[in-house]
Amino acid sequence: MISNNLTQTPYESIGNPVITVENLNLFYRNYHTLKNVNIAFPRKQVTAIIGPSGCGKSTLLKTLNRMNDLVEGCVVDGSVRLNGQDIFTELRPTELRQRVGMVFQQPNPFPMSIYDNVAFGPRAHGIRSKSILDGLVEQSLRHAAIWDEVKDRLKRNALGLSGGQQQRLCIARALAMEPEVLLMDESTSALDPASTAKIEELIQTLRSRYTVIMVTHNMQQARRISDRTAFFLLGEMIEVNDTKTMFNHPADERTLDYVSGRFG
Amino acid sequence: MREKCIRACFAATAAISIAATLLICAFLLVNGVPTMAKVGLFDFLLGTTWRPENNLYGIAPMIVGSIYVTAGALLVAVPAGLLCAVFLSCFAGARFGGILGAGVELLAGIPSVMYGFFGLVVIVPCIRGLGVGNGMSIISASLILGVMILPTVVTVSRNALDAVPASYYEGALALGMDHEHAVYKVVVPAASSGIATSIVLGLGRALGETMAVVMVAGNNPAFPNSLFSGVRTLTANIVLEMGYATGMHREVLIATGVVLLVFILLVTLLLNAIREKGEVK
Repeated sequence: MISNNLTQTPYESIGNPVITVENLNLFYRNYHTLKNVNIAFPRKQVTAIIGPSGCGKSTLLKTLNRMNDLVEGCVVDGSVRLNGQDIFTELRPTELRQRVGMVFQQPNPFPMSIYDNVAFGPRAHGIRSKSILDGLVEQSLRHAAIWDEVKDRLKRNALGLSGGQQQRLCIARALAMEPEVLLMDESTSALDPASTAKIEELIQTLRSRYTVIMVTHNMQQARRISDRTAFFLLGEMIEVNDTKTMFNHPADERTLDYVSGRFG
Repeated sequence: MREKCIRACFAATAAISIAATLLICAFLLVNGVPTMAKVGLFDFLLGTTWRPENNLYGIAPMIVGSIYVTAGALLVAVPAGLLCAVFLSCFAGARFGGILGAGVELLAGIPSVMYGFFGLVVIVPCIRGLGVGNGMSIISASLILGVMILPTVVTVSRNALDAVPASYYEGALALGMDHEHAVYKVVVPAASSGIATSIVLGLGRALGETMAVVMVAGNNPAFPNSLFSGVRTLTANIVLEMGYATGMHREVLIATGVVLLVFILLVTLLLNAIREKGEVK
């Protein structure tokens, strides 16, 4: 099924993509927010989506785990496949979101203990064994590079952590579901530079286990940490390529204008 | 200068409400405490016989009565009120929720004598129909009071639920929870201090309510022996006898008011404790 799709689409160059978006159009009421978007996200790589405000980059991200379902008047047309399965017809939203985790712009830990935050997802999906939960919590916190900072206060309320720590806790909470893909929606834009650096470093290590798709406002960030970059403008995907090529030799003039800081 | 005038103005208005509270407390304490000493604190609070004509002033049955009726009201109002609040806040949707919420608020505006009247002509005959007693009972009073405090529980809980940041809910959905799960595992716990506040406010209201209770509780000043026996509350004790009481009898009724005041103060302290705990988070 996957190979079938690939032969019809121009993405052979990236091999076996985890998510494939085809002819995606999205409307908020009458506003055409995404215009015929085609893009594939390669497995275990970091893809950055850049573009000026209102270009549809966050909207695309929220389509990938169907968080747009919450928005009234949002209509989607086209197909998005997760490992070949259509996310609109072949997967329930709950199942999709277990497999495609998300970290938001503002850290949003639940008002409960650090441990309970990370164990929340696994518990909700039926894991009761304390030893399994303990293992998952530790592993997730380690993968989110926050274990050493919180291991002695797992029972404390998560709202007592700093903003950067809260965001890493949210990453750990998402990782505890062992997702195939992690979506990050401008996840460092509310943080100070030191916390941002920590999270960027963390994203580098996540790449070995997860596929990361991040929306960022910050071109330098995309340049530093992503393998591939996609440039969006006014609801259209203008260009997608290896990050290096994208920034050094953009194919489209509009991309060149944007990455060289002429607008945006 | 102008600012000082305005400031003084506000201070004066604020002082009025504080002065009213203090005066009521002072009046009750000055009149009530010496009486308690005269009757004997032990005989007064733990005495089981209320017979003013024989100078027997034990209010234990009324204390127990107030506690039973209030607890009964909470048993009715808390489950119904919380589920209603959750429904209004998280399930009903804006339009239906608005209509329903307005209905609940209307309930709060009904005078308590109407509740009493409704209890007298509808609930009491129903309970009497069960064949146990004459229907004037703890259970009738609890049902009426429960409905009466429902709007407090619903409105305050609903506001607390509405105030939970949407990001908590979204965070839960993004982990693959369905709507019900996100509501009950994340939104409701996040509103817990507001929900506790709603319960305590309802408790205070039930404890202090007089008219509706007098009309349906039977008012016999003796320990109840079942849910279906009549009962007299502290408030009922005061309102029933104050009209004709003189001398010592009258003073003891004021002392009953002191006991009620102490209960209300305890409730208020509980409320403040909950609020502080909510803020520490």
